[in-house]
Amino acid sequence: MGIKIKLFATFREGRGKVVEMDYIPGMTGQDVIDHLGITASEIAAIIVDGVDGKVDAMLTVHIKKDGYLAIFPPVAGG
Amino acid sequence: MFGYMGKILRINLTTGVITKEDLDFELAKKFIGGRGLGTKIFSDEVDPKVDPFASENKIIFINGPLTGTATPTGGRYMVVTKSPLTGTIASSNSGGEWGAYLKYAGYDAVIVEGKANLPVYINIENDKVEILPALDIWGKYTSITSAMLKEKHPDSKVLTIGPAGEKLSQMAAIMNENDRTAGRSGVGAVMGSKNLKAITVSGNQKPVIAKPDGLKAVTKECRSLIKENGVTGEGLPTYGTAVLVNIINEHGVYPVNNFQTGGDPNAEAVSGETLTEKYLLKRNPCHHCPIGCGRWVKSEKHPDGIGGPEYETLWVFAGDLGINDMEIVIDANFWCNELGIDTISAGATLAAAMELYQRGYITDEMLDDDVILKFGNADSVIHWLKKMGNREGFGDMLARGSYRLADFYGVPEYSMSVKKQDLPAYDPRGIQGMGLQYATSNRGGCHVRGYLISPEILGLPEKLDRFELAGKPTWVKIFQDLTAVIDSSGLCLFTSFALGAQQYADMLNETLGTDWSAEELLLAGERIWNLEKLFNLEAGILPEEDTLPPRFLEEEMPDGPTKGWVHKLDEMLPLYYAERGWDEDGIPTEERLIALGLL
Repeated sequence: MGIKIKLFATFREGRGKVVEMDYIPGMTGQDVIDHLGITASEIAAIIVDGVDGKVDAMLTVHIKKDGYLAIFPPVAGG
Repeated sequence: MFGYMGKILRINLTTGVITKEDLDFELAKKFIGGRGLGTKIFSDEVDPKVDPFASENKIIFINGPLTGTATPTGGRYMVVTKSPLTGTIASSNSGGEWGAYLKYAGYDAVIVEGKANLPVYINIENDKVEILPALDIWGKYTSITSAMLKEKHPDSKVLTIGPAGEKLSQMAAIMNENDRTAGRSGVGAVMGSKNLKAITVSGNQKPVIAKPDGLKAVTKECRSLIKENGVTGEGLPTYGTAVLVNIINEHGVYPVNNFQTGGDPNAEAVSGETLTEKYLLKRNPCHHCPIGCGRWVKSEKHPDGIGGPEYETLWVFAGDLGINDMEIVIDANFWCNELGIDTISAGATLAAAMELYQRGYITDEMLDDDVILKFGNADSVIHWLKKMGNREGFGDMLARGSYRLADFYGVPEYSMSVKKQDLPAYDPRGIQGMGLQYATSNRGGCHVRGYLISPEILGLPEKLDRFELAGKPTWVKIFQDLTAVIDSSGLCLFTSFALGAQQYADMLNETLGTDWSAEELLLAGERIWNLEKLFNLEAGILPEEDTLPPRFLEEEMPDGPTKGWVHKLDEMLPLYYAERGWDEDGIPTEERLIALGLL
């Protein structure tokens, strides 16, 4: 089983809505965005296994087996 | 006098007397314009205890000093009156072109007083101002009204109410250019109570700028900042505000079924990405707006397109009703515009009615036809929306808003509102600062009095822990004060995703010849906030109304990334009052009011 990465807004361009990756013990969000060709500075918000926080900190969190990420570029509204 | 046009138009519909008064420049500088100056004029002239539908209530249409200038988004106007929905001060903002045209006609504000005997509209063409009969347009939908008035006044921009405003629905809106809306707090019903259907405006004057070269340079800088910013330069232009559906949903704060849960696995169907991919025809920007978040979308029923929908509208006619059908959302948006009704309150009232049905307070027998108000029943949305806007049958009950509806059944706790105004699309249990903002907003439940979603969810200007309480009262106060400044300047709040207080001070200073610092401008925002609070206290709004519906304070979020959380208002409210220099009951202190120049 692998992990699921949900992508939104412009991050979908050329990547699609959902990307699946094989799970590797100890893998982090940084490993995921490296694989996707996304840099930390392009990310405005990230959720790892249901938890959000500052982007830099969340990229160091170990992802659970069968876990998921949601990654967003700068978006807003109201 | 620079920036302002220097003239206020006063129109008494009872007597028919029209006067043109000089703007008090010193007063204008103290309260900036728009929301601030409008509230100052209104609270000086109107008894806060006035019945909102009495002829003694007034309604003020007022620009900011940057409205009608070349500044980015400089085209917004504010409607200030006493709200028939909340009983508080109402200041409802709209974009489009109408505000700029009022300035081009030579006026900073129009104050409408009294009540006409028969339906009328006001036509303003530079110095020519006339009150004209409106019997032929009374009862008409807003787009038909606009088209008929455009035939008579082809160079004008049209502001109008629809049937909901004529019939005094507490959630009636004011529409301009068909799809721009002063939506909240029932301001359209105040127009209706005065038998005022519309205001047409045109002109060919321009404000005199204090330092034209300086303003040109600052405007260029601000436009660059907006273009280079990821939100205002790419996210909003590409997807509109609808882009929020997914990010709010993924954080578990996207209200579903009248805020009973905080997430919808099928929200993608009404997301900004889906709207852009399948429904978007073109962008639909407001006056001088480099962002262009406005949408022009098609659907099966509207193949030529309509304006909208915004995020709040998508949520309230989808997740909040347990439905996920973009075709229905677009059609509901169309009917709200035609009826002249606030999309948030309209949808939220349907959601409250559906929960009342779910819990047995509303039964099949109470409805005057067989279309059941039930979560997930897509057929009910447009059916009951039309009856609400036209006040037909049970729709008359709905037209009063969710609070009055639920209160009628003895269970006001099923209205997700603050001070009787329906909450927008963010569950406060998972956004603690936003919940504090809801509870303390001077116009009741509202997201655009201090958009704490920016730091708590979107990471702008920095990411805050959305569950953390420490520091949030300070953030709420700063956001509320800065928002009051922007609302008073004539610019769009969305510029604040890219600009800071210093840029607003620079634009105002170059326009007006003033020398505001960023700190002084924020102090003006605080002055405006306190002035609104004073009006509300004198109007009889009680300190204990600074609260949230019990659902958020007592019921844990049942599932998703916000599971287990309630809102901790009690822990933050005293700190917020202290931050504002108010006493423990939330009453502004004499010391603070003197410091703000309000005593």
